[in-house]
Amino acid sequence: MTAYIIRRLLYTIPIVFGVLLITFVLFNLVGGDVTDQIAGKAASKETREEIRQEYGWDKPLFLSWDSQFFNYLKNAVTFDFGRSWEDRELIIDKIKRGAGPSLSLTIPMFIGTVVISISLALIVAFLRGTIIDALAVLLCVAGMSIPFLSFILFGQYFLAFKWGLFPVFFRPDLSPPQYVALPVLIGIAAGLGGNLRFYRTVMLDEMRNDYVRTAFAKGLSTKRVLFKHVLKNSMIPIITQVVLAIPFLFLGSLLLERFFGIPGLGYLMIEAIGARDFQVINAMTYIGAILFVIFNLITDICYCLVDPRITLE
Amino acid sequence: MNEQDVKHNKELPKGRSLWGDGLRRLRKHKLAMVSLGIIAVYLLLTGFIYIAELFDCQFELIKWDAKVGSEYEPPGAENVFGTDFLGRSVLRKTLYGAKVSITVAFWASVISLVIGVPLGAIAGYFRGVIDEIIVWLYTTLSSIPYILLILAFALVLKGKTINLEWAGLGTIELAGITTVYLAIGLTSWVGICRLIRGEVVKHKERDYILAAKSYGCSNSRIIFKHLIPNVFHLVIISFSLRFVSFIQAEVILSFLGLGEKNRPSWGAMIDAARLDLPKGYWWEMTAATAAIFFISLALNIFGDALRDALDPKLRVQ
Repeated sequence: MTAYIIRRLLYTIPIVFGVLLITFVLFNLVGGDVTDQIAGKAASKETREEIRQEYGWDKPLFLSWDSQFFNYLKNAVTFDFGRSWEDRELIIDKIKRGAGPSLSLTIPMFIGTVVISISLALIVAFLRGTIIDALAVLLCVAGMSIPFLSFILFGQYFLAFKWGLFPVFFRPDLSPPQYVALPVLIGIAAGLGGNLRFYRTVMLDEMRNDYVRTAFAKGLSTKRVLFKHVLKNSMIPIITQVVLAIPFLFLGSLLLERFFGIPGLGYLMIEAIGARDFQVINAMTYIGAILFVIFNLITDICYCLVDPRITLE
Repeated sequence: MNEQDVKHNKELPKGRSLWGDGLRRLRKHKLAMVSLGIIAVYLLLTGFIYIAELFDCQFELIKWDAKVGSEYEPPGAENVFGTDFLGRSVLRKTLYGAKVSITVAFWASVISLVIGVPLGAIAGYFRGVIDEIIVWLYTTLSSIPYILLILAFALVLKGKTINLEWAGLGTIELAGITTVYLAIGLTSWVGICRLIRGEVVKHKERDYILAAKSYGCSNSRIIFKHLIPNVFHLVIISFSLRFVSFIQAEVILSFLGLGEKNRPSWGAMIDAARLDLPKGYWWEMTAATAAIFFISLALNIFGDALRDALDPKLRVQ
């Protein structure tokens, strides 16, 4: 087990290196020189030189120990992303500040979606072949086809603005449960179709197995068969889906935070896009990728915890 | 061929190809045929707008920038979906938006096919170092959260020019939807590449490849003439479902201001409606939502039916 984890950790090194190479090429080579953007058009030559020096853009790109790429690697490994071009604040501080509101939005949303869709999937899988099942599948596909933006806009308009059930926007004086309630609800509603359909397929694959028939034949109750046998055996695809969704929780929800004015990481990214602040997007991309790699590793370890047949060799 | 042979041939039941068989099964699926009809309407509309623009035809229905009434006119007999803040017909804007969406989804598909299919086939066929490099490349790309990757590409590519003077094509300015489909296409070949690689690894050991090798076929002939045609139905299935995500990605990018600026698209319409909705002007939002909803629903249903028809092993009950 330890040997396996060490080997997997070593395997992540080229992946992280690749992510850094891609983001470097994207933002520093394709993105081009942004001195003008920072300094403004009227800046003197000296100011521009100063800016170039501060960001290290006067150095060679690759082939030197003091090259831009090496410094980029060093900074990424130490999580030093420099300062934002817009307001000169340390980017890492911005990210730390945004993580709280983002997580308070995405964690309830995530747990709600998983619990509701798995329970519904068990019911629908049990009723397979009936009209209710067919209807549920059709509703899922319909739900998947409605754009996320429409869920948000109509939800906000009707539930908050028109009927006044929830606050329309984030206000600093509101407590987290108050301002995330509606976004969480909308997020769950929007994600339910796709998730329910996925879990239903997973469950149906299990329901067709012989052990389910045996369990029913020996007189076990439906509840017992579903929760004790089917749910446990469909754990592998469920774990993949669930654990690999966790890194995205840290990124917040771009659109929900934008609409409800929640000052999280999604909002931070929207602002950065508006200001064409590459550094912030770059930092978020890197952090997102690192989290994804870590949780990928955790998924593999979870596999072997729930399924003793899988050996980590 | 003599007469007897012809007679003999007639008596033999005609064999059905994979495609013929799939098509037969698809025809039985009523909902899928309705969906296909809806998709065809969207495609025809797009084609019609392209042709009309090419020949500079003056059809009333595609003149989206004409003023047809006063500002914010609610839906009525004259304007089915009402008018927007400049008195333009929302119906015409919605119809024109189909062109933007379909164009983006089409070119994004083409780009990701052109990159993903050959790379996947080469990786699966040659294995070894080439395989490892390609797998490394797509594992790396898929480690970056998809929406961030698209955003990063769209943000960086926006406003750039590609110099193709050396190829005699002049320069291409990356603006509007060009950025959008480049960003989507360059980031979404990973899934198709992985799929093709997995299939090619399996097919490589089959007898027909061995036969092709023993005839002395070159590697490129085996890959492009034998392997890819045999796994291509998977590509089609995958794309009928992926098309939806391309359309929705275009909506989100346009909404974030990274897409088309000067011409109507569904995402831009939703962005405009964001401020109109609290004032009670619901029709522009509804029209854009409905347009996206119907094409997505049709593609989802048709994609599922296509998968069941062409790949019975994958069938879900």
